[in-house]
Amino acid sequence: MFIVKMQSITKRFGDVIANDHVNFQLKKGEVHALLGENGAGKTTLMRILYGLYHPDSGVIKVKEQPVVIHSPKDAIQLGIGMVTQHFALVPPLTVAENVVLGYQNSFVLNQTQIEESVAEAARRFGIEINPRAIVRHLSVGQRQRVEILKALYRNAEVLILDEPTAVLIPQEVDALFETLEHLKQEGLSVIFISHKLHEVTQITDRVTVLRDGKVVGTVNTADVTQKELAAMMVGREAFGVSRPDTAASAQKPVLELVNLCANDDKHLPVLKNVSLTVYEGEILGIAGVGGNGQKELAETICGVRQPTAGKIMVEGQDVTGKSPSELTKAGLGRIPEDRHEGLVQQLTVTENIVLEHLDEFTRNGVLDHKAIRHYANELIQQFQIKAKPNDLTRTLSGGNMQKVLLARVLSRQPKVIIAPQPTRGLDISATDYVRQQLLEQRQRGAAILLISEDLDEILALSDRIAVIYEGEIVGTLPAAEATPERLGLLMSGAVKEH
Amino acid sequence: MEAKRFPYQLVKTNTPPLWMRPLIPALILLTTFLITAGLILTAQVNPFQAYYYFLISPLSSQVSFLELLVKAIPLMLTGVAVTFAFATGYYNIGAEGQLYAGAIAAAWLGIVLGGLPPFLAIPLMIIGGFMAGMAWALIPALLKVRLAVDEVVTTLLMNSIMAYIVSALLNGPWRDPISGWPQSPEIAESTMFFKLIPRSRLHFGFIVGLVAIAVLWYVMTQTSFGLKMRAVGLGKTAAQFAGINVGRTTLIAALISGGIAGIAGVSEVAGIQYHLIGDLSAHYGYTGVIIATLGGLNAIGVFVASLFFGLIDTGAQTVSRAMGVPVYLGEFTQAVMLLVALGMYLLQRYRIVRRV
Amino acid sequence: MEVFLVNLIAATFRVSTPIVLAAIGETYSERAGILNLGIEGIMYFGAFVGFFVADKSGSLWLGLLIAILSGVLFGLLMGFFTVTLGVNQHVSGLGITLLLTGLTLYVFRLFYGGRTVPPSIPSFQTLKILPDNPILGPILSQYWLTYVTFLLIVPLAWWILYRTNFGLKIRSVGENPEAVDAAGISVPAVRYAALAIGGGLMAAGGAFLSLFQLGAFTHGIISGRGWVAIAIVIFGNWHPIRVMLGGLIFGGTFALQLRLQAMGLQLPIPYETFLALPYVVTIIALVIAGRNASYPAALLKPYRRE
Repeated sequence: MFIVKMQSITKRFGDVIANDHVNFQLKKGEVHALLGENGAGKTTLMRILYGLYHPDSGVIKVKEQPVVIHSPKDAIQLGIGMVTQHFALVPPLTVAENVVLGYQNSFVLNQTQIEESVAEAARRFGIEINPRAIVRHLSVGQRQRVEILKALYRNAEVLILDEPTAVLIPQEVDALFETLEHLKQEGLSVIFISHKLHEVTQITDRVTVLRDGKVVGTVNTADVTQKELAAMMVGREAFGVSRPDTAASAQKPVLELVNLCANDDKHLPVLKNVSLTVYEGEILGIAGVGGNGQKELAETICGVRQPTAGKIMVEGQDVTGKSPSELTKAGLGRIPEDRHEGLVQQLTVTENIVLEHLDEFTRNGVLDHKAIRHYANELIQQFQIKAKPNDLTRTLSGGNMQKVLLARVLSRQPKVIIAPQPTRGLDISATDYVRQQLLEQRQRGAAILLISEDLDEILALSDRIAVIYEGEIVGTLPAAEATPERLGLLMSGAVKEH
Repeated sequence: MEAKRFPYQLVKTNTPPLWMRPLIPALILLTTFLITAGLILTAQVNPFQAYYYFLISPLSSQVSFLELLVKAIPLMLTGVAVTFAFATGYYNIGAEGQLYAGAIAAAWLGIVLGGLPPFLAIPLMIIGGFMAGMAWALIPALLKVRLAVDEVVTTLLMNSIMAYIVSALLNGPWRDPISGWPQSPEIAESTMFFKLIPRSRLHFGFIVGLVAIAVLWYVMTQTSFGLKMRAVGLGKTAAQFAGINVGRTTLIAALISGGIAGIAGVSEVAGIQYHLIGDLSAHYGYTGVIIATLGGLNAIGVFVASLFFGLIDTGAQTVSRAMGVPVYLGEFTQAVMLLVALGMYLLQRYRIVRRV
Repeated sequence: MEVFLVNLIAATFRVSTPIVLAAIGETYSERAGILNLGIEGIMYFGAFVGFFVADKSGSLWLGLLIAILSGVLFGLLMGFFTVTLGVNQHVSGLGITLLLTGLTLYVFRLFYGGRTVPPSIPSFQTLKILPDNPILGPILSQYWLTYVTFLLIVPLAWWILYRTNFGLKIRSVGENPEAVDAAGISVPAVRYAALAIGGGLMAAGGAFLSLFQLGAFTHGIISGRGWVAIAIVIFGNWHPIRVMLGGLIFGGTFALQLRLQAMGLQLPIPYETFLALPYVVTIIALVIAGRNASYPAALLKPYRRE
């Protein structure tokens, strides 16, 4: 019996078609994976099922009845629960209190009663958790179990897990899989969103592969190999590289990362012995599904995050642990990943442009407004920024904001350019402009480290591609050797080429 | 408590409709004075007549106009002090205590520097007050920058502690030996702020206030430190990414803020009271927060706001004398103006939209 | 000596009552995520309005009731600015304090202006329980509101916060409003409720001074007790019982130095040191708690659903 049927679901966000006539069926009692890269449409589809988005067209049926899901409340009432990567937990409260929050109608909160009730639910579903524990003291894996318990406590029959292993250490992953097995036996149906092939093949019964908003295929896990899945996930019509074919120029290393290690905000290792070299006049693209350490890699190189071990060198000079301003002086062109956080929205375009190089426009502490104006005007023209110098940055479009950042960085002729997600959220013309700029810089001889979750972008721009998976570089290859299979296997952790 | 579906909701718009913008200050003033008129009516007095005495007549005579300026002096200084801090994102609510720190320094230096001629004594008084205010601002500032301890509560607590220090001084070593009053010995004549206009109350502090406003303008618009301050206040992450040392910038701004509040204390002692007394400040430190906010955290705004509040303070006294309306009308009006302004500035970024 | 101690203990409860009431009120507000700097103003207005209504109507009870309602009203007003409009909490709170201070003094002057002696009314009397017992007599001779505060309100405040769903929502909203929103609970509604309760308690604290302890209203009737309450909330780690203890410590210190002064004792250090000491200790407590302070995590952040 199909407990959930999603038929011809289409969802647009502006110009982007996130889900394109997607058909998805979930059998009762199965674990079904949704596999695909970033932007494939997996999370969008599930958010539609959970009532966070409304589809533009299509039908959803739960237990063969057509339903309209306006909000998570409706979804919960239909027996659908979702666990995302951002837990909605209140740390100082106990597990039991978190589980019952919003689910109780009584005035009095009987601690013993809720603890027993939650303990019983946990027993029934085979989830090991202490209802009296304070969430703040729990590990990430345990917190995830609380989130799962929350859904089950509300009588979920369908459980959606969005990249559940992204935040877990290996032992916790095993524990999670045990729990999922147990839930299957209890008759629950599980949808497992993932980009990690080995997990998908380990735990699931069927897999639906999405790419660019469309379903590539739905297969039984037992009937398919990892290579085939990888190809489905990543395969494209045009798998060529659209970059001028200049042979590798003078092989002068400009940026070197040597065994770089770093911890994330929870003090867990997120970069594990990352070693890379970027040469003069090349673009090295870091490919990988989001959440594998790309953000932290960019932060560490840009001086926002301190590495725990390893070295960063620019033209042989050790710049490990240096401050942002020192890095800029060393010739590192740092583009922030989030342009809304990387620009001071309430300052003018001019002010943001000069913010990184105030020393040059200051004499005895006083700003040389004339020089600043001149400089800003020049850059606005050169980079075709559609804004007046005194416009507040927050009134600019995303594309123009990105141009401001590019202007700030590229006008300095940096030796190295770090470009994390440079075209995220930009429209087509802005995206083309940014990519063009990067290519021009490459022509000029800069060493560019491009970090992008958009595989098309990586393929379009990179001379060489390095794949990052769970904080490690699992393979580096020249662009010409990047086949869908090979990349797919690397990006989904199925293979490590070191 | 279910999520009640209130039929209307506030939806944020990015920029308010253009026709609204010049209207806002007018709307604020109008609403404020409507509310205050309500209060005036409780005194069984004609509001229009009251408003004449409240807002117009202080401007009509020289004496009351000068009084307006006198009342504006401490507000200019605390307004500037708070602006330095708030603009950097450092919520210094401790201007009141820092003011008294400066006042203590002035009361002490006022005796010690007695032998010096005014052109030496007065600048030294000001410097001393600045350093005292800075010193009192140091602990909360360090706690914030090094240990991320919230500055609002610490600066507030420091205000209370300073009040006790002042009380201890005035009831102890600085109690007037002759009268027994809790007031410090009178400062030497050469340390007093001279009058700008003879036989009036307008003293040198007004010049100091103007200088402070000019310094605020200069630092904020012309110096690179000022740009760094604003960047930190408006976008800490971006500022840090761009290489600005957020901790250092915050610390310096906090100290400058304390110092200028200290100068406000010096001004009251050396320009008006000539002693340290317990009631030296009529909440100038807290009103400074209102002035800074209403002034939009910029020099011109602070200047206009302090003059306007000076007008309100003077006018409240005038209408009190002339019509028996209690003088506290002034404080009330100022607070109403702040709340109305806050409400309006935020309401203009929203539209009321029918919930789907 | 025993007499001194007994009287000190008695005075401690009396003096601490308004502070504890206000601090419990502020605890609820901050637990929900709002730092209410309007506390000083709400206490002031509550003290006055209670007195005023009692004076004009002849009923102390009516005065107390209206005072509490005024506190609820201004708690809701604080909610309007901070929750609905999302205005900076420090500035709104200070604005409300200045508003209420100005309003109080205005109305006071209007109706009672020009007197040399502050107006007074017959206040609530203390309850005489075991009046002949030399030790318990003075200690138990407290106002009914003092009994209610320590025996009813503080335990009730604890119980509501930790043993009811309502309290659970308040605690959650101040830590992680997104989680509360995700659970289908209205974040604004919970915050408004907490502010209303807080305001009512703060005003009751103010009214205690005018309707019980003094039977009069004076200019300086509050003089900073609101800020003391804020310090105590931190000192007590946002926990009603500990807040009460903090209030007793502050109150005891205050009562102690009053007694020492009255005895004419000459100490090498000024009396103000005792008064200032609790504030210094609070700052030190903040430093020690440091980054791990049990500050409600969402304190001071307006919540906007993305």
